[in-house]
Amino acid sequence: MKALRKYLDKIKPNFEEGGKLHWLHSTFDAIETFLFVPNNTSRSGVHIHDARDSKRTMTIVIVALIPALLMGMYSVGLHHYMALGLEASIVTKFIYGFLAVLPHIVVSYVVGLGIEFAIAQVRKEEVAEGFLVTGILIPMIVPVDTPLWMIAVATAFAVIFAKEVFGGTGYNIFNVALITRAFLFFSYPSKMSGDQVWVRTADTFGMGKGTVIDAYSGATPLGQLATTGAGSFGEFTFLGITGEPLRISDMFFGFIPGSIGEVSTFAILLGAVLLIATGVGSWKTILSVFLGGAVAVVLVNLFAQNAIMEMPMQYHFLLGGFAFGAVFMATDPVTSARTEKGKWIYGFLIGLLAITIRVFNPGYPEGMMLAILFMNAFAPLIDFYVIDGNIKRRMKRAAVAKKGQQ
Amino acid sequence: MANRINIKKGLQIPLLGAAEEVIRGTVKSEFVRICPEDFHGITPKLAVRVDDAVKAGTPLFYEKNHPEMFFASPVSGIVTAIDRGEKRRILRIVVKADHAGQYEDFGVKQVASLSGEEVKKSILDAGIWFLIKQRPYDVVASPVKVPRDIFVTGFDTAPLAPSTDFLLNDREADLQTGLDALAKLTTGKVYLSVSTKTTLKGLREAKNVVITEFNGPHPAGNVGVQINHIKPVNRGETVWTLNAPDVAIIGRLFNKGITDLTRTVALTGSEVKETGYYNMVIGTELKHIFAQNVTEGVSLRYISGNPLTGRKIDENGELRAYDSQVTVIPEGDDIHEAFGWASFSPKRYSAGATYLSFHKKFRLDARLMGGPRAIIVSNEYDKVFPMDIYPEQLIKAIIAFNIDRMEQLGIYEVAPEDFALCEFVDTSKLELQRIVRVGLDLLRKEME
Repeated sequence: MKALRKYLDKIKPNFEEGGKLHWLHSTFDAIETFLFVPNNTSRSGVHIHDARDSKRTMTIVIVALIPALLMGMYSVGLHHYMALGLEASIVTKFIYGFLAVLPHIVVSYVVGLGIEFAIAQVRKEEVAEGFLVTGILIPMIVPVDTPLWMIAVATAFAVIFAKEVFGGTGYNIFNVALITRAFLFFSYPSKMSGDQVWVRTADTFGMGKGTVIDAYSGATPLGQLATTGAGSFGEFTFLGITGEPLRISDMFFGFIPGSIGEVSTFAILLGAVLLIATGVGSWKTILSVFLGGAVAVVLVNLFAQNAIMEMPMQYHFLLGGFAFGAVFMATDPVTSARTEKGKWIYGFLIGLLAITIRVFNPGYPEGMMLAILFMNAFAPLIDFYVIDGNIKRRMKRAAVAKKGQQ
Repeated sequence: MANRINIKKGLQIPLLGAAEEVIRGTVKSEFVRICPEDFHGITPKLAVRVDDAVKAGTPLFYEKNHPEMFFASPVSGIVTAIDRGEKRRILRIVVKADHAGQYEDFGVKQVASLSGEEVKKSILDAGIWFLIKQRPYDVVASPVKVPRDIFVTGFDTAPLAPSTDFLLNDREADLQTGLDALAKLTTGKVYLSVSTKTTLKGLREAKNVVITEFNGPHPAGNVGVQINHIKPVNRGETVWTLNAPDVAIIGRLFNKGITDLTRTVALTGSEVKETGYYNMVIGTELKHIFAQNVTEGVSLRYISGNPLTGRKIDENGELRAYDSQVTVIPEGDDIHEAFGWASFSPKRYSAGATYLSFHKKFRLDARLMGGPRAIIVSNEYDKVFPMDIYPEQLIKAIIAFNIDRMEQLGIYEVAPEDFALCEFVDTSKLELQRIVRVGLDLLRKEME
C-alpha cells in the first residue's frame, strides 16, 4: 500500500488545478478516496469527526444486498436447469446464474458510474457514492432476461432525469433504481412482465445449452394467481415452472421465478437484520410497510370476491417484490420521509398501497414499485405536516408569551 | 428538591485524556494576547495605543455601538503590539505583562444595596461584560435590553470537559455574589442548572436562583438545551446566558473590587503526557504548559476549548476568552489509512453501529474521515439534539436563508455549539456550526 500511496502522491499534481489531467480531477479523487481515507482535517467547527462517512454507509447497504443477490443468482441457475430438464450440481447452477446476472451488473455500473463521474467533473464536486447502491439494485429488480441495451438506456435515463437534474445524490425525489424499473416497465412491457421473461432458458456463454421441456411454464406465482380461472383461493395451487406444486418454504428461500433480488425472502431478511443492526436502514419504515400491508390484506380478505382477494397474508409478504421493496427501497433515506413520525406514515401507506394495487389492478400483478414511487412523491408532504405540528406549537407558545407581557 | 429533567438524546464521546483533578500551578507568560474575535457580535474600537501602560482592568477596547462596554486588560503591563488583519480588523492586542499585579480599583460593593443599573454599570466599567451572552444570536449581550430571564449552566458535559465543581472549589462565595448580581439585572428569574453529579454546595444550595437538575449525556450541559427544556426563547424575547465559572468572575469584581480574569483551566487530550489544571488569566501564552508535555513526532492540533467547539490555536497560542479547557489531539494529516470504508479497525470510533467498537476510550484525530456530501442520512442529527426543534430542517432553512422558515423552526433558541454533536456524527461532513453561525449573523443584521 505504501508504494501505491507514493505513486498516487507522485501523479496527484497532474490532476490539480492547472495540471494537464485536471479534467479527470473528480475521477482521481474518487479513486484516491476509495483507496485511502482522505487526510484533510477540519478547518472550522468540530475538531473530531465520527468515522462513519458516506462510503461506509453505502458499503453496509451493498453488503446487506449480497445475500439476496447470491440467492437470486442461484435461483436463476436452478430454474434454467429445471426448465431444460437437466441435472446439475448446486455449484453449476450458481455459476450459471452468476454468469447470467454479471453482465447486467457490469452494464448498470458502467453506464451509471460513467454518467456520475462525468457530471461530478463538470460540477467540480466529489463523486457521490449513491450510485454504488443503485447500480446493484437495478439488476436485482428486473427479470433476468432483460436485454442489456435496455438496462443501459433505462439506467442512463434514470440517473440523468431522476437524479442529476435535481442536483445529484441527496436531492432526488424518486428512488433512482425504481425509476429505472418503471422506465423499463412502461417502455418495454413485453420484456418486463408475462410468462416468458422470468426464467432464462437460453445458454449463457455457452453454458447450459438445451431445449425447454414440454411441461415448462415460466409464470411467476403472482402472475399465475392474477390470470387464474379458479373461483376461490382454496381451489388454486401455486405451481413451479415444471408443474409441481410450490411449498411455502420454496417461496421463503427463493426457489420461485421472479426478479433476481426479490425471490428469496430469507436472504432479504438477512439483509434487513444488517441494515437494522447498523442503523443504516430505518426499522420504523420497514416495520410500518409490513403493518400497512397487513392491514390491507386483512381488509381485502374480509371482503374477498375472488382468489387473489382471498390470498392469505403470508403469501403476500413472501411473493413478489413486497419484502425487497420494504427493506431496500422504502428505506432509501433520500426519497423517504425524513422525520421519524413521517416514516411511520410513509411506510404504512406504502404497504397499504402495494397490496391494494396488487389485488385490484389486474394489469400489474406487482404493486410495490408503483406504491413506493407514489409515496416518494408524497414524502415531503408527510414531513410538512409533521414539522408543521412543531411550528404550530412554537407559534402558540410565542403568542401566549406575548399575551403574558401585555 | 430541585426540579429534575432527564435528557435522553445526546452522546458522550469516549475520548482519552481527561484531566486529572490536580492543580499543577499558576502559569504566568511574558505576553498576554486578547483576540477581539472571541467576543462575537461586537465591533472593537481601540482604547489604548502601543506603548500605553495598563493595569488589570484598564479598558483595551470598547464596543463601537455601546461605548460604555469595555473590554479589560487581564494583566498590568505595557501594550506592545496591535496586530491587524484584512481590512485593518484587529486580530490581537498584545500586552507585555509586568507581573506587578496592579489592578484598577473599582471598589468593593455590597450587591444587595445596589440597583440593577448600578450593577450593570459596575460590570461594564470593569470590562467583563463580555462574560454575559444573549440568545437569540449567541452574541455578547446587549446592555440596553432587559432580559426575560438569565440562565446559568453549572456543569459542562463536553468531551474531556473540566469539572465545574473542581473549577469553583473555594470560589463559592464569589459564585453566590455573582448570582445575586445577575438577579438584579432581570425582571424574570435566574435559572441555575446543575448535573446529577454536581456535589459542590455552592451550586447545589445556591440562593436567589431557580435550580434545575439535569441528567443525561452531552449536550445536557449546554445552556441552550437547558433553556429549551426550562423555558424556551420565543420570537422577540431575549435571555442572557453564562456559565458558572464566569459568574464567579463577576462575583469577584464585587467582593474584591478588582477585575481578576484568572481562570482555572484543564489541560486535556490524548496527546498530553501530564494532564491537570492550571491557573492563568485569559490571553496567557500556553507554550509553557505544552513544552515537553505533548507527544513528539506526530502532527498535533492544539485547541483552546473542547474538541467540539474550541478554537484551533498553535503551540504558541493563547488561552481564548471563554475557555476553561485546552486540548491537544493528533492532527492526523500524516495518516494515510487504506480502505477506510471497509475497516474493522478498533481504533475507529462511530456513534452509530456501522463500526464494531471494542475500545473503551478513543484517540481521535482531526481528520474529517470522509468527503463532504449532500444531506443523505436522516435521523442522524435528531439523535444527538435534545431540543424540541427539527435540526435538519432548520439547517436547510438556514442554508436557503429563508427567514420566516428559520423563525418557525426555532432559530432564536439555538447557538452554533448546540449543533456541535450533529456536526460530529454527520455522515455528510458538513460544517454545521459554521452554517448556523453565518445564519445567525445574517439574521441579526436583518432584524436589528
